[in-house]
Amino acid sequence: MPRRTDIKKILLIGSGPIVIGQACEFDYSGTQACRALRKEGYEVVLINSNPATIMTDPITADRIYMDELTAESIRRIVEKERPDAVLPTMGGQTGLNLADELQRQGYWEEQDVKVIGVDIDAIHITEDRQQFRDLMEKIGVDQARSRVAKSLLEAKEVIQSLGGLPVVIRPSFTLGGAGGGIIWSPKELERKIMRGLELSPVHEVLVEESVYGWKEFELELLRDQNDNVIIICTIENVDPMGVHTGDSVTVAPAQTLTDKQFQHMRDTAIQMMRSIGTFAGGCNVQFGINPVDGRMIAIEINPRVSRSSALASKATGYPIAKVAARLAVGYTLDELKNDVTRTTSACFEPAIDYVITKIPRWNFEKFEGVDEELTTQMKAVGEVMSIGRTFTESLQKAWQSLEIGYAGLGADRENPKRPHVRERLRKSYWDRTLQIRNAFIHGASMDEVYDITRVDFWFLQQIKMLVDLEKETRQLRLQDLTEDKLLNLKRHGYSDVQIAWLVTDEVTEEEARAHRLSLEIKSQFLLVDTCAGEFPAVTPYFYSSYETESESTVSNQKKVVILGSGPNRIGQGIEFDYSCVHGVQAVQEMGYEAIMVNCNPETVSTDFDIADKLYFEPVFWERVLDIIEHEKPEGVIVQLGGQTALKLAGKLSERGIKIFGTPYDRMDLAENRGKFSDILKELNIPFPPYGMARTVYEAVRVAESIGYPILVRPSYVLGGQGMRIAINKEEVERYVTDIYKLLPDNEILLDLFLNNGIEIDVDAVRDADGDVWITGIMQHIEPAGVHSGDSTAVLPPHSLSASILEEIRKYTITIANRLEVLGLMNVQMVVQDESVYVIEANPRASRTVPFVAKATGIPVARIASKVILGARLEEFRSQGLLDSKLKGYAIKEPVFSWSKFPEVRKELGPEMKSTGETIAFVDALTDKHFKRPYEMRNLYLSR
Amino acid sequence: MSLPSKLALADGTVVNGIAIGAGGESGGELCFNTSMTGYQEILTDPSYHGQIMMMTYPHIGNYGAHDEDTEAAKPMVSALVVRAFSQEYSNLLAQESLHNYMDRHGLVGITGIDTRRLVLHIRKRGVMNAVISSTDLDDDSLIEKAQAWPSMEGLELASRVTCDKSYAFSDAGQQRIAVCDFGVKTNILRTFAALGCEVRVFPGATPLKDVLSWSPDGLFFSNGPGDPRAMPEAVDCVREAMIIGLPLFGICLGHQLMALAQGIEVFKMYVGHRGANQPVKNLSTGHVEVTTQNHGFSVDPESVSAELAEVSHLNLNDQTVEGLRFKKFEGFSVQYHPEASPGPHDSRYLFKEYLHMCSKTKS
Repeated sequence: MPRRTDIKKILLIGSGPIVIGQACEFDYSGTQACRALRKEGYEVVLINSNPATIMTDPITADRIYMDELTAESIRRIVEKERPDAVLPTMGGQTGLNLADELQRQGYWEEQDVKVIGVDIDAIHITEDRQQFRDLMEKIGVDQARSRVAKSLLEAKEVIQSLGGLPVVIRPSFTLGGAGGGIIWSPKELERKIMRGLELSPVHEVLVEESVYGWKEFELELLRDQNDNVIIICTIENVDPMGVHTGDSVTVAPAQTLTDKQFQHMRDTAIQMMRSIGTFAGGCNVQFGINPVDGRMIAIEINPRVSRSSALASKATGYPIAKVAARLAVGYTLDELKNDVTRTTSACFEPAIDYVITKIPRWNFEKFEGVDEELTTQMKAVGEVMSIGRTFTESLQKAWQSLEIGYAGLGADRENPKRPHVRERLRKSYWDRTLQIRNAFIHGASMDEVYDITRVDFWFLQQIKMLVDLEKETRQLRLQDLTEDKLLNLKRHGYSDVQIAWLVTDEVTEEEARAHRLSLEIKSQFLLVDTCAGEFPAVTPYFYSSYETESESTVSNQKKVVILGSGPNRIGQGIEFDYSCVHGVQAVQEMGYEAIMVNCNPETVSTDFDIADKLYFEPVFWERVLDIIEHEKPEGVIVQLGGQTALKLAGKLSERGIKIFGTPYDRMDLAENRGKFSDILKELNIPFPPYGMARTVYEAVRVAESIGYPILVRPSYVLGGQGMRIAINKEEVERYVTDIYKLLPDNEILLDLFLNNGIEIDVDAVRDADGDVWITGIMQHIEPAGVHSGDSTAVLPPHSLSASILEEIRKYTITIANRLEVLGLMNVQMVVQDESVYVIEANPRASRTVPFVAKATGIPVARIASKVILGARLEEFRSQGLLDSKLKGYAIKEPVFSWSKFPEVRKELGPEMKSTGETIAFVDALTDKHFKRPYEMRNLYLSR
Repeated sequence: MSLPSKLALADGTVVNGIAIGAGGESGGELCFNTSMTGYQEILTDPSYHGQIMMMTYPHIGNYGAHDEDTEAAKPMVSALVVRAFSQEYSNLLAQESLHNYMDRHGLVGITGIDTRRLVLHIRKRGVMNAVISSTDLDDDSLIEKAQAWPSMEGLELASRVTCDKSYAFSDAGQQRIAVCDFGVKTNILRTFAALGCEVRVFPGATPLKDVLSWSPDGLFFSNGPGDPRAMPEAVDCVREAMIIGLPLFGICLGHQLMALAQGIEVFKMYVGHRGANQPVKNLSTGHVEVTTQNHGFSVDPESVSAELAEVSHLNLNDQTVEGLRFKKFEGFSVQYHPEASPGPHDSRYLFKEYLHMCSKTKS
């Protein structure tokens, strides 16, 4: 059936601010859905309060409401816009819950708005444990066995019938799962059962067999209204059951299932999807397999686009959200073409000829006292995906993508000591794959490691293979690495850094690279084509591997490479992806071929139809250089992709590769505290007294001479990592010691803290003629001392005098000109007692770029990117394109994920902790969006 | 452990790898399969007899080998080509490593090959013959051997994989299905048996009257290797069967033989379909089945005239004919493999439909 014609206008519900568990994968899926629907000729109305997204950009939807995601807002929009249908499946659980709430109120029916892409009843079934259990039982799908017990005696009997400990207990009708948990040993049995019985208002507990340590799998399904169902991707978790899938290292496709086992899983998944309604759209099903007897049980089903479907889209090249959106408006799968081949059908199951590894990214260092153990509650803030021809290659590339200083799966530093490895391996920690490697290095046996980790033998064997290869390489000098040996290492994903570390002679990465190139061992670029080479594909989506032929044909157009921002983390999130996407489009509009390099599967920038060419690769020096040497672009843009991209600027510049925008030496001037302070002195711009230190002793001495309170921070970090305000010598000592634990060899910066200061964020763009455009001045509601990312920012400033504002503008322009900034710059200032002090200047895209763009209605990132490539600001100004459309105030409110870390004290300080943000437009300062944070501005301030 | 081995193509391409399975030399038509699971089913599928199987999924051998995952008593392909062979394996069911299994059955293999490049090569140049050897490592000699290898076109291979004499696969059941074996996959027999049939398998060359003397309720023509156009006796036998009134069902080679028996043309495809993800649309229901396929020949749609047959199933990727429903007799045939193994179970309904047809005819 072709698309529905009874629908003209569709309301899409976004997922709102980024929080742990619901992140920018919904920007990706929402953006894809919006674009697909608009292309079909539908009018798309969008509600999403997250300004940092591409989804809320005028390029994505016809009308965008950056309103709070509440039923009231939706009612208001529906009454104004009168959409014919609502598509709630692209906005995560938030979107579904809102649609559900309004459904229960009978609102959709009352307004004659059709709910498409989901069956609301299906949501209820999947969310309600008992309903889901009953339904699965009815259709004969196996689940974890359980029985209710009303006394300790009965509980003991149940446990025996379930085959003994461990078991999971869930007291009935307690809030938030109170009293639930795993019982591991007979010692804790009595206490936990009794507590559960007491806590339950009806005095009963559900005793369930524990599936901890079972193998875990996920299937991504798509169904159309004709009930055609296809499986887009199978995902196998390396971490067994017990670790939330969002916190698990996962691999696609499944590696350890026979065809019969997989088909059983496929049949069951389809049966489950069919049992929960008849909606057309995406669905995710999770299974557990008992490694002891092979029994397969269903864990859960999610009838919507999810984090895993974003991953599955990037993993296979199959655009799930785009197709799901088209299915929601009535198309059937057989009517749609595969976007990647353009000739074959979309109604098929992708065949892949490579291995995908996803590793989550955590930010535990941000949260003092946090429990780092991975459990069923998700804690990761982002993720990387990597593509390799083999699991080993893919795993090492994933470690290179993480940007936590590793050049692969270890083999780039001294191995940790045995007791440390043993300790780390005991529980599920974030670095498990690395610790498995370390355990093998220390001679642990396969069985020992399996018994502790329950990671499937196949994965263990693969990691062991790496360890064996390393041991062999450790005996050799670089020159002993013959073509065969070196190629073998490269095919297993070893970076030149690792190889240089492993060989017996002292060699650098550059020497290892030179040796490799002298043997003509070069990475080749292979196509992600959904069909394992069976059909020609047109999609320019590539990954590197050490194979024999490159499929990425270099065009004779002029090209620009844009370096992406890697995995999301606190301090560097979706905002930078927003800027990168605009960068890509600006590059194209300026007549270049745009080449994107990034490794974050949740983003819009890694969607294969954004750039002219996408290299899904670690933003890791060796891989980036390989791409540059292959493509030979005119230059590289590094100022959009946050620190990830910026930190490669030095090496690019050393290699003589052109950096579009502010040159490296100028960036270094801003980044280097000493040099920057000299410049401020020269420009007569006030700044707080400061000092630098390389040891704890030195730091204390500097602090004593400057005075207190004093701001202590490491250099070259983002999001205020390790930043603290000390009020005495003892605190300085403690904080600096802490920093050195995490960041050895760092240069510590100490600034006098301006007490009760007002913090100001300024975003600006400067062109090659020295024309400076101040895009936005933001005043923070919270006092200085709260990280700017955690502050509520008001645009324009709400309480600054005209003369102060003039001073701020003057300083910004002066600094931009002195640094010869080309493109974006952000300056942070503090106003204290009617004086303006400059704290720092960053000649790159800032976190606030999308906020300012959404607030003023000016495509700041795009204009800036054009300026980087040589456009002049006057061209835009003369057309009125730099005029703000903002009436009243725009307020940026930080959003936190505190609930994921109940053990962490909620406090705000110089280290950033928020995971997302929302935007609110207010007419007057009497609005609650201003008043509420204003009244609470000092509440959570910590030092 | 790592014995060097070479793969040479008839067009002069030679690549180096490492021997897996049994050492030695083997040749055949080099084709590829895009299934990500089910390597053992594929290796033992008699339709692949005489072909060198290249798996597009890089890791092969991960879950070892297991008797229940076989489609015949021994491997049927002439050799296996892999990117990253798993010597070690992990699965509860596994009885041995794939290496062991191959070695035990004398199956030659090679790993460490950039299979993707070779797949693209074949896709661009068409399927061609090749030779794998760990005993002769001389490029020119290997190329010569590959070139001398008999072409699949015009080759009759079914007689090499059919059973020697007729046998009962399942002894009792409501319906009697006679299977004409041109290299039948065991899972076809298992499927019939699971649906309550008495199944008897006859060698492909069995005279029709001998098959009929068993008084079957339905006649099934199996899958198998080779060029159907080189099997005139089999086509005659199928034609003869079409007039006796028993419902007929054909899969893969059986489908092609039924088409030929009705005067419908069959041609050799450029690359063929080999995988477990091919979309096939059932034209009467509009439903799409994800199917397992393994064929290098196909029915020519131009020659399907309306009075002989109608096209019942279509491949959504390239619009090739995937199924025929015949007009002049009770029966139908499909190009793909509804018995799956490996692959999705979406098309199992065809067996039920056929048995329904048989019981209707019977009453």
